[in-house]
Amino acid sequence: MLKTFSKGGVHPPENKLSAGQSVQILPPPVVATILLAQHIGVPAVAKVAVGDKVKVGQIIAESAGFVSANIHAPVSGTVKKIDAFADTSGYKRPAIQIETEGDEWLEGIDTSDELKTEVTESAEEMIRKITVAGIVGLGGATFPAHVKLAVPQGKKAEILVVNGVECEPYLTCDHRLMLEKGAEIIVGIRILKKALGVNKAVVGIENNKPDAIAHLRKCAAVDPEIEICPLKVKYPQGGEKQLIKAVTGREVPSGGLPVDVGAVPFNVATVFAVYEAVLKNKPVVERLVTVTGKGLANPSNFKVRIGTPINYLIEAAGGMPETTGKVISGGPMMGKALGVTDIPTTKGCSGILLMDEREATRKPLRSCTRCSKCVADCPMGLEPYLLMLAVERQMYDRAETEHIQDCIECGSCSYICPCQRPLLDYIRLGKSEVLKNIRARAKMNS
Amino acid sequence: MNIILLTVSILVGIGVFSAVILYFVAQKFKVDEDPRIDTVAETLPQANCGGCGFAGCRNFAEALTKAEDLSAMFCPVGGNTVMMTVAQILGKTVEAKDPLVAVVRCNGTLEHRPRTTRYDGAASCIIEHTLYSGDTGCPHGCLGCGDCVAVCAFNALSINNKTGLPEVNSANCTACGACVKACPRNIIELRRKDKKDRKIFVSCVNQEKGGIAKKSCSTACIGCSKCLKVCTFNAIKIENNLAYIDSTACKMCRKCTTECPTGSILEINFPIRKVQPEAETNLI
Repeated sequence: MLKTFSKGGVHPPENKLSAGQSVQILPPPVVATILLAQHIGVPAVAKVAVGDKVKVGQIIAESAGFVSANIHAPVSGTVKKIDAFADTSGYKRPAIQIETEGDEWLEGIDTSDELKTEVTESAEEMIRKITVAGIVGLGGATFPAHVKLAVPQGKKAEILVVNGVECEPYLTCDHRLMLEKGAEIIVGIRILKKALGVNKAVVGIENNKPDAIAHLRKCAAVDPEIEICPLKVKYPQGGEKQLIKAVTGREVPSGGLPVDVGAVPFNVATVFAVYEAVLKNKPVVERLVTVTGKGLANPSNFKVRIGTPINYLIEAAGGMPETTGKVISGGPMMGKALGVTDIPTTKGCSGILLMDEREATRKPLRSCTRCSKCVADCPMGLEPYLLMLAVERQMYDRAETEHIQDCIECGSCSYICPCQRPLLDYIRLGKSEVLKNIRARAKMNS
Repeated sequence: MNIILLTVSILVGIGVFSAVILYFVAQKFKVDEDPRIDTVAETLPQANCGGCGFAGCRNFAEALTKAEDLSAMFCPVGGNTVMMTVAQILGKTVEAKDPLVAVVRCNGTLEHRPRTTRYDGAASCIIEHTLYSGDTGCPHGCLGCGDCVAVCAFNALSINNKTGLPEVNSANCTACGACVKACPRNIIELRRKDKKDRKIFVSCVNQEKGGIAKKSCSTACIGCSKCLKVCTFNAIKIENNLAYIDSTACKMCRKCTTECPTGSILEINFPIRKVQPEAETNLI
């Protein structure tokens, strides 16, 4: 019996079209647009001026607080504009635009593929390097990595939980990374273990990737304290709370953090970025992006520079099919539909999905029949139909007592609803309103 | 027969006894309330719309009775007549206020602002607004899901299916301001109501630079400041590439509407202009 999380969960069709495609390296774009808010927390502050010459890996925007991250030039060239550009939501946000000239990297960055296994740095030195490299959660949450490594006083990290689940349908970039950079990921895990001062690490991988499980098991043979844990295929196993429950059996309390139960979760892509930052001095300037869709000529996995326009990626995968109904940044469950494709990739962009018209259209909405499928499938044990009703009637206090803030926005409720009710849309609205109320209360009390 | 008499007399006895107790309890715990609150509450329109900023008419009546100065308080639904009556009851004075009316400051019809994507999510403006910039290229304009229509308690707003935009029925609008609060993009504004219900306003809230605004909507304000130059009453301001006409200063001369190169300044309920032959000869 394979391990999995206990509450709820759904199993959407996997559609991992690009699982067999090895990673292709895309050349840098002609113009790269780098948003200053690519991570959770305070947006970075631009440190370059228009006309400056930059090299790949040079810091162009500095972290503006503890929960923030540095941003590095992903291409070499001249800073063309510092202005507002549209992000995935279509609204304009401050960004730096660089016109590419050649591909010159900053000195000291090792760009070779050579495997380094000697971990000699001290824990402080590693955390410093990770902070400077601007590493954020590359699974999509974009939470700055150095914040996770700073374990709050009075709490103790006991186990490193590595997320190789990739539970989103269609996406395959983590899968490919595990197959092609397995040894590097294991070194990354050893680095993180040392930085956190923990002895044990466990990598959770869903059972639909047997090749990745076998490969990582082979690579992990060097360290008996790294366990590779195959998991039953179930969405949203990649959610940190679900993954921790699945691999350790511990449940993160409502409103708590993973470190409350001694676990520190990292995505495999983040672990690989940590390896590169510590042993190769390479900051986050590129990432793997899956470009996929049933109508697409060549669903692929690309290694792209941050700031590459999304339409450039679609072109590289064979161009936008005429039947495209929606372009989604991310996976089909948690991704965001895009209004325009002329927007840059960010550190959190794990996939571009082109859904054809028939697949993308929502069916007409019907009244709630109280079938309770959403309640049964909510991985957080919430009652989505009730939360939606409360938000519709603007009963935000009731929504708060029903733990609306625990929602991880996985979309299982909207996916499973036989009446096509937009449950998650309302819950998201409710969450933002409840958060406003909580902040107002905190301000009044202080 | 005796049993019936006995039962009736016992019940009457209990009734009288309870009534006496209740009478004394009521005297003892009597709450002194200003009798004027009831009178004021009866005068108010009983719409309970919240337009005054209070929870309902009764709540507002209590506040009115307590208040020293009524100048900051106003019932938009009842208007000046109700406020005068209230002032009379309370023996205070109020100043007459200009009546207001809600105005939708977006003219992004399907013709002017073609749809770039199709939104089929939850039919709510606030949700669409938080998800993305909308199904048109304009990140400031009306989303057309009708949050304003849903909150209007006076049946003054409706979505025009041809244009996809909300329309205000001035006769029903009480300027309670519910729609202004409901609109996530601050498109609806309360403006001074003219006697003949004539309106001149910039029907756009797009703060993008001219070229970008024009690209998404052919009737967007491009912030060219031509209107500002012709206005002799100093009623027009330009901020963030967007013109704004102050309805209290505007004298409805209509010079700006002809000057606007994109037609974003609308004039409503005015008689049709006479054709001016001189102007044409000048052009030739």
